Amino acid sequence: MNFTDEQIERYSRHIILREVGGVGQTKLLNAKVLMIGAGGLGSPAALYLAAAGVGTIGIIDDDEVDLSNLQRQILHRNDDVGRAKVASAQETLNAVNPDVKVVPYKMRLNSENVMEILREYDLVVDGCDNLPTRYLLNDASVFTGKPVVHGSIFQFEGQVTVFDPTQGPCYRCLYPEPPPPEMVPSCQEAGVLGVLPGIVGSLQAAEAIKYILGAGETLVGKLLLYDALRQDFRKHVLHKDPACPVCGENPTVTELIDYEEFCGVRW
Amino acid sequence: MAIVRIPTPLRRLTNGNAEVEADGATIAELIDNLESNYEGLKKRICDENGTVRRFVNIYINDEDIRFLDNADTELEPDDVVSIIPAIAGGNGTGTAR
Repeated sequence: MNFTDEQIERYSRHIILREVGGVGQTKLLNAKVLMIGAGGLGSPAALYLAAAGVGTIGIIDDDEVDLSNLQRQILHRNDDVGRAKVASAQETLNAVNPDVKVVPYKMRLNSENVMEILREYDLVVDGCDNLPTRYLLNDASVFTGKPVVHGSIFQFEGQVTVFDPTQGPCYRCLYPEPPPPEMVPSCQEAGVLGVLPGIVGSLQAAEAIKYILGAGETLVGKLLLYDALRQDFRKHVLHKDPACPVCGENPTVTELIDYEEFCGVRW
Repeated sequence: MAIVRIPTPLRRLTNGNAEVEADGATIAELIDNLESNYEGLKKRICDENGTVRRFVNIYINDEDIRFLDNADTELEPDDVVSIIPAIAGGNGTGTAR
């Protein structure tokens, strides 16, 4: 790929890195990444991916910007309150980098649309905020072989990993089934330290970029836990589970499931 | 004594402590010991049959007990046990969108 003079200047701090170079920058420009959610995690992740020159960024979110989002969702501004998050996100990302093709999907991911949407992308960054979408996305990822950079947060704590069904465990290897409705952890409006999704979403962006470049070691098979109160990072081993209901030896989940949005009493 | 790392949603049961100490030769014994000091922890971690719930994982150091001996996994004195539940959120609300 031939870079324009402007691209050479814009991406110069990448291009001089041995791990990126012109070859890596071309990979980024050709990459297609789907962001699930334009909220707390999706904001920093999408901003860094756009700044890095990821050529196509799809963003799916059916929500509108609320004033209470602005404490952490840095894709959106005061003037965006009431607008569709995907519209606000598209504007912000293109203001950072007009090279990037942003594809907005103002809808909720479901069993009818997920396969068709995933087909268009190389990699998914999951910044959603509910378990039904996480399970749906996981199963679709196993069925399509598309990797998912997973991030989740609760108050001061975050989890990050990469589920690549072609080489490692999936979300159901970790947590085989969603909890019953009366037992959903972290379901209620629990509050969140505004900068927490900034950190976790940035870690997701780093994983996505490394995955696209083929640089370093990704978090495939490792769960990174972050605790902002203790400023503590820990890593745990994740195994591919032979008994996994979707990617194991005898799968019982063979089609997509739209789980009910459940939120019962607190865990 | 093992050190047990408590996830944020359960810290209300441990007086806000992120780490507590507990005794036990195995994970099952450790959970019973935790329950005796912090009432209500066990039923969050285990179902009525005493099996660890499917949306909760327990790690000894960095290894998942499901790939060791589950609740029968033996503990060494300086082990660090982590209780890690599935977290839904990406947004701080858990239900929006």
